[in-house]
Amino acid sequence: MPLSTQSQGEDEQYILVTSLDNARNLSNLLKAISFKDHAVFTTTPNGLKVTVEDCKCVQANAFIQADIFQEFTIKEDLITFQVNLTVLLDCLNIFGGSTSAGISTALRMCYKGYGYPLTLFLEEGGVVTVCKINTEEPEEPIDFDFCSSNVTNKVILQSESLKEAFSELDLTSEMLQITMSPSQPFIYHRCLFLLSTFGSSGSAHYDYSKDSDMMELFRCKETQTNRYKMSLLKPSTKALTLSCKVSVRTDSRGFLSLQYLVRNDDGQICFVEYFCCPDEEVEEDS
Amino acid sequence: MQCVVTGGNVKVLAKAIHSLSRIGDELYVEPQGDGLALRSVNSSRSAYACFLFAPLFFSRYNIRKEVNFRCKMAIKSVQTVFRSVATLEKTVEKCHIELDEAKDRLTFTLHCKHGLLKTHNLSYQDSESLQAVFDKDSYANVFRAHPRLLVDTVVHFPLSVEEVTVTVSDERMWVRNHVEDERSRAMLTELCLASDEFDHFAVKAHHSITFCLKELRGLLAFAESTGLLLSMYLDEPGSPVVLSVTDSVLEGNFVLATLSDDHNLYGRDLGSPLYQPDAEQPPPPDDFMNDDIDSYLIAMDTSVAPGPSAANPPTTSLAAARETPSDRHRIRRHSEEEEDGDRLPNKKFRSIFFGSVLPPSPQTSMQPVPTQEVLASNSEDETEAD
Repeated sequence: MPLSTQSQGEDEQYILVTSLDNARNLSNLLKAISFKDHAVFTTTPNGLKVTVEDCKCVQANAFIQADIFQEFTIKEDLITFQVNLTVLLDCLNIFGGSTSAGISTALRMCYKGYGYPLTLFLEEGGVVTVCKINTEEPEEPIDFDFCSSNVTNKVILQSESLKEAFSELDLTSEMLQITMSPSQPFIYHRCLFLLSTFGSSGSAHYDYSKDSDMMELFRCKETQTNRYKMSLLKPSTKALTLSCKVSVRTDSRGFLSLQYLVRNDDGQICFVEYFCCPDEEVEEDS
Repeated sequence: MQCVVTGGNVKVLAKAIHSLSRIGDELYVEPQGDGLALRSVNSSRSAYACFLFAPLFFSRYNIRKEVNFRCKMAIKSVQTVFRSVATLEKTVEKCHIELDEAKDRLTFTLHCKHGLLKTHNLSYQDSESLQAVFDKDSYANVFRAHPRLLVDTVVHFPLSVEEVTVTVSDERMWVRNHVEDERSRAMLTELCLASDEFDHFAVKAHHSITFCLKELRGLLAFAESTGLLLSMYLDEPGSPVVLSVTDSVLEGNFVLATLSDDHNLYGRDLGSPLYQPDAEQPPPPDDFMNDDIDSYLIAMDTSVAPGPSAANPPTTSLAAARETPSDRHRIRRHSEEEEDGDRLPNKKFRSIFFGSVLPPSPQTSMQPVPTQEVLASNSEDETEAD
């Protein structure tokens, strides 16, 4: 057992003790949401939720359930703290983050409580590094109030098919427009799930057929066209790359929810979620 | 215009566009009766490339014959249509290219696997015809080889090598990196190819020419992926080298300027450049008004390229407005002045030719001329390697 040398006495001071045999199971998920420096960690007996926000318009959450961890001991119902995510990721990759098989960094992450640093013990090949990251006053995450009951349109796709579109997105376009429609034509004969960009050299449209084998679920109540800032959505590509399935949902206000199903190195399933506010109303022109 | 490309030809088209992007920033599109012509020229007009896809290349090729339509667009935006060339063959089943003159846009529709439909509406500008005049059949030396031979040759030159010198004799071809100052510490690489490595090797005159490697690499990438034989036509120094690939449904020609011999370098290149306004096909006056850069329609005209004795510049040439410098020092000063000077089309043409004349001093390495920067970094690399 790696890191089993910790004395029991010291452990008792911590209100949170978690350990992972493979730190990459945590660092990969954190990378998927690392578009801003500061991340709020919310820990409950169910697991860990890490939240990153930008411009009060986009929020990303990574969920790591308690059973992903080899050890998950929490002495309070809710522990919240904020750390610099970039620093944390640097620490988690302190041994270089080798991806070759058989080599993994073991992690033990401990927290004593409000005002104390987050302590990481990292071990690889018999070498232990201890990192202490100062915690910050946690900011209250925005409540996007995205209820499943308000969901107008929902599409579940295999990530493979969206990856191509996201990697090719025309970044000269300020907006990414998402159109979802039950059946009737919008621009094309069979426009159902459409991603559009309007860049300096022209427009591009990615039209996903409902009948595609990449489309796992298609549930649309009404035609909705919303525009989202490209700069806010582009970071979600990291999560998309990591994931195997993605669920795209919009609610009646046009808010966007992107849920990514991520399978980690050990085949366990975790989730990453992005919320994004729509931009101003779209005029009805094509 | 409406054309449909299917199957493996989509990749061929994409590769052609990528190799054209090695030449210039703009893609000139001209649907002709004999096929779709895609062309590009670099900003200094020292390199020109044209692909002509015959109607049979397409599974459908409809053009309005009564109108002479031509346009140009940013080649980058066309490249975004075919972004992932590697997966293109597997993912794209069909590509529609359609012209919407009412909306001034060219629409590329890719029908992909899994029912994904990608539509790119690209805006374009009208342009005049871009035609280089060259007669490769009159060239003294003709070579033809499988692209692999040249790929294996070119691979020995690092990407920092800008120009290569090709020397031919009756039996051999030598390719070496072009180093301006022989005393410099830059590494010299020379490869010798025997005539029997070529499919065709015809030498009438022993010449040694120097041209840019970048464009050759571009065409090689295309030739290699399509497996087409590459022909190389070369003549005396100063005459452009022509590289071409031909197949029953497509033809690609790359015309690259070559460095002149030292003794006629100044009198010839500055005074009477290879590029002359296309006298045979003057652009319509309207286009002159529309686009002043392109109104200087400069074509490579080998048929009127004067011999070394013709030192007197023709009065029609753009460069004629400038006096002929008589020594290296003046040339250097001239090209330096031009860096922040006006933006005549021939400006960079000269910087290509004379940028490499400059010594790799710290002063010159500050200038935004790629050749100079590379020369400087080359010697640094050498120092580090030592």
